[in-house]
Amino acid sequence: MSTAAAAAPSRPNPLAAFYASTIGKKWIVALTGLGLIGFVIGHLLGNLQIFLPPDYINTYAKKLKDLGPLLWIIRFGLLGIFVLHVVNTIQLRQRSAAARPEAYAVERKKAASKASLTMIISGLILLAFIVFHLLHFTLTVIPTKDIHVLDPLGRHDVYRMVVGGFQNPLVSIFYLISMGLLCMHISHGFQSVFQTIGLRTRRLSGPLNLLSNGLGWFLFLGNAAIVLAILFGLVK
Amino acid sequence: MNLTLKVWRQKDAKSPGKFETYEARNISTHASFLEMLDVVNEDLISKGIEPIHFESDCREGICGTCSMVIDGLPHGGQPGTTVCQLHMRYFQEGQVVTIEPWRAKPFPVVRDLIVDRSSFDRIIQAGGYISVRTGGTPDANALPVPKQNADLAMDAAQCIGCGACVAACRNASGMLFMSAKMGHLSYLPQGQAERSRRALAMVRQHDSEGFGNCTNQYECEAACPKEISVAYIARMNRDYALASAKEMAGVE
Ligand code: HEM
Ligand code: FES
Repeated sequence: MSTAAAAAPSRPNPLAAFYASTIGKKWIVALTGLGLIGFVIGHLLGNLQIFLPPDYINTYAKKLKDLGPLLWIIRFGLLGIFVLHVVNTIQLRQRSAAARPEAYAVERKKAASKASLTMIISGLILLAFIVFHLLHFTLTVIPTKDIHVLDPLGRHDVYRMVVGGFQNPLVSIFYLISMGLLCMHISHGFQSVFQTIGLRTRRLSGPLNLLSNGLGWFLFLGNAAIVLAILFGLVK
Repeated sequence: MNLTLKVWRQKDAKSPGKFETYEARNISTHASFLEMLDVVNEDLISKGIEPIHFESDCREGICGTCSMVIDGLPHGGQPGTTVCQLHMRYFQEGQVVTIEPWRAKPFPVVRDLIVDRSSFDRIIQAGGYISVRTGGTPDANALPVPKQNADLAMDAAQCIGCGACVAACRNASGMLFMSAKMGHLSYLPQGQAERSRRALAMVRQHDSEGFGNCTNQYECEAACPKEISVAYIARMNRDYALASAKEMAGVE
């Protein structure tokens, strides 16, 4: 027998094999997680302009809107990254759950942090938060005070919309809780990325943990400052 | 000292198991945990009860056969200690001690506290070796190895394959074991030729055995009786991605 079909051994497609493997999936979670962290940092820095006169954040918002097709490319890119992150983490969690069909009667932990044990929960609540957040300030379909007013230059008054949004205590509390969860997610996630992509060494583990916690707190305090300043009328 | 034991009893892989309660009487604090179980088993036998089945061989922490989760921690949770090395002085008079087998799909229970770890053997068979002609012992220093690499290889080679990493891991992942086995070869010159092939083959075997995925909680390192570092997992993650990239690009 010397037909081509018989001779060719069936080898898995290398890309498909990587994507199907535990470590491959984890690489995707790490790289997309890093991308999302980059976005979250940029998003916060932009929004801290709420502490400046209204003109700043309204100009910034207009500039983003004026990116036109580029804005859509960025949006779809982010969506793609987000979907890859969520789908792969859920698949990994399912595999890991299947790997331990019978639970221990007594469970004790020596090393795992609370944040690391609740990644899927903080993640899923973040998912719900992000959907709400998009409906709230991007698609503006959630009834909110001052949502569609124009500023003196005839631009969408993003400043008034944000202030109007956080004057609602229920909304503010939901945002604060979500930012707490983001803080936890990233305080484990950031250093975890370096382990996943093979850059966390014994020497770097201490500094990376510090950086990871610092980043989590920075994102929490920065975002919470916006919400609290508005809720307590410091920004109005 | 006297203790109350709650021990997992299971007739075979197919039967459901359950906890039974036994008393351990007049145990010396100098005894090891396994010696304590020997005493309890003597007592059970004299009462006509089937003794507790557990594995042991060397009883000096080098063979990796003894395996049980004691009060939620593999090998009882003393740093750098296997169950056979665990002394009874760490327990309190009258303490209730829960003893369970390793719990993981790729480690089916054979009987009571004994699990079948041949999934580990199959990971080694997939690539945890080097292909060389065997022969006489080579001369020392015929193949120079930097001291640092030799140390790192030897640290990894301390893995006794006991499976505590899998038992401790929330995801029943075999990655500390697998990365140690890769690491002790990949730090040495002899391990280079098959490094990529090995990474791909071992990870694929690990996955197909049904082990879970590492979530970087580092419980494995804390549970390892040989205190093997999770730095080997990071190195394996890098090796596996590099090997996959080479495979995708068709690098020969
Ligand atoms: C702004 C949004 C998000 C950011 C910045 C983010 C960031 C990260 C980072 C950096 C990691 C660590 C990757 C690694 O361990 O190597 C991670 C892990 C994880 N993320 Fe997210 N994430 C976000 C949203 C979500 C959402 C919506 C989910 C919903 C399911 C989620 C679920 C998870 C889970 C379960 C892990 C742990 C995976 C593991 O440990 O194996 N994340 N995330
Ligand atoms: S019996 Fe050999 S390591 Fe415990």
